[in-house]
Amino acid sequence: MKIHVRGLSRTFVALGRETPALLDVDLDVAEHEFVCLLGPSGCGKSTLLNIVAGFLRPTSGEVVVGGRPVTGPGADRGVVFQEYVLFPWLTVAGNVEFGLTLQGAPVAERRAIVARYLELVGLVAHAEKYPVQLSGGMKQRVAIARALANSPEIILMDEPFGALDAQTREVLQDELGRIQRVEHKTVLFVTHSIREAVYLADRVIVMTSAPGRIKQVFTIKLPEVRDRFAPEFTHYESEITRVVKEEVAKVHE
Amino acid sequence: MLALVGVLVAWAAVSYGNRMLGVMAPALLPTPGDVAKVFTETLGDGSLPRHVATSLARVAVGFGLAAVGALALGLLAAMCVPVRLMVEPLIEFVRPIPPLAFLPMFLVWFGLGEGSKVAFIGYTTFFPMFVAIAAAVLRVDVTLLRAAASLGAGHLDLIRRVIVPAALPGIIVALRLGFALALFVIVGAEFMGADAGLGHLIMEGRNFFLPAQIVMGALVLGLLGSIVNALLLAAERRLFRWREAGASS
Repeated sequence: MKIHVRGLSRTFVALGRETPALLDVDLDVAEHEFVCLLGPSGCGKSTLLNIVAGFLRPTSGEVVVGGRPVTGPGADRGVVFQEYVLFPWLTVAGNVEFGLTLQGAPVAERRAIVARYLELVGLVAHAEKYPVQLSGGMKQRVAIARALANSPEIILMDEPFGALDAQTREVLQDELGRIQRVEHKTVLFVTHSIREAVYLADRVIVMTSAPGRIKQVFTIKLPEVRDRFAPEFTHYESEITRVVKEEVAKVHE
Repeated sequence: MLALVGVLVAWAAVSYGNRMLGVMAPALLPTPGDVAKVFTETLGDGSLPRHVATSLARVAVGFGLAAVGALALGLLAAMCVPVRLMVEPLIEFVRPIPPLAFLPMFLVWFGLGEGSKVAFIGYTTFFPMFVAIAAAVLRVDVTLLRAAASLGAGHLDLIRRVIVPAALPGIIVALRLGFALALFVIVGAEFMGADAGLGHLIMEGRNFFLPAQIVMGALVLGLLGSIVNALLLAAERRLFRWREAGASS
């Protein structure tokens, strides 16, 4: 399923003042493509993701997913949030099962799918725990399993590893890379980590500081399994860093 | 527990002391023995259980109706802005009026029978429960709703599978408050024109000058309140294992 973003703008009104967050953004994400949105904080990358998810309405322009304009959230677009947003009253298994329960899938099928995705994220031993009992990294694994178990074609991730420590972050990047090689989802991934973007993405979209526009697009021509210390990797990293720095500098001017 | 024993000892000392020293008429200050005697007598002849059952039945119906209404309207008001704007000022105006001020009206409207007691308890407990439930629903994290919606939840799924469970701790607190309030006002409702119930028992104690019966009625009310509260707290702990799981592991 493809994502088409056409002429998208969004203005926020606060205290009677209009602040443009996104300005005339065009973006196409191909089927099974992993696209990272990168930019300084406040550049509107999360706004863009929230509009694609259907949580926010654009001021103008439109998002078309699988041939249909987006009017609200839906099961075709799974979302992984920075703050995990698990249902605290459900167990790990219950959280992963949530979307399947809504679909009314038979119990046996639900069990099998839950088991499969708990296996995929390495949480089989924790199936009966509640979210309060889990570490941040484990919570985000549950959130990823919950989104995948619902089998959406598109996964939207809003700085999913932003709240994790550096080590856990790299472990989860590895896992997400491995999962994507199995699942082949269409992914839109918001981050402010350049390394993370180069490690995961097929394409990296660098956005300007507010109002957010697309500044430059980098196609990452690296093997599927990436080495963070390979010269080609660090080359992309430094090149994108240079472009991002220009925008960060603008914020501080 | 120790404090309870302390109060009991102090009560015994003062009341028996008064009996020996004759500071005031012994009949005015019943001793623990007097109260225990009335308790066993009324328990024995079945009148106390009957009064308790009558009061509890009124509380159960009045509180039950109010709880259902408060839940339905609380959910609606929290989720639907026009309803909230319409209902809120009305409720904020009625809420500070002491419910007892309206008790005579309930007698006029619903007569001396069960109707007026049940309606009065319902009226009294509805407002605080409604306000607390609406507040609990409004506190539900909007990102939980977003997460559920992007997993395919429709409006009814959101209410049933997200809003109600997420607001449940607050809803239970509202129900506990409402129940305590129901016990609080049942006595007042039964002071007027009742032929049974704990309030009636206490009023009878006043009319026939039986202080021990008054104290006994009050203590039974205290006991009932504590038992119900303990039951609700136990239910709460079972229901919200997910909140305590973190502390125990």
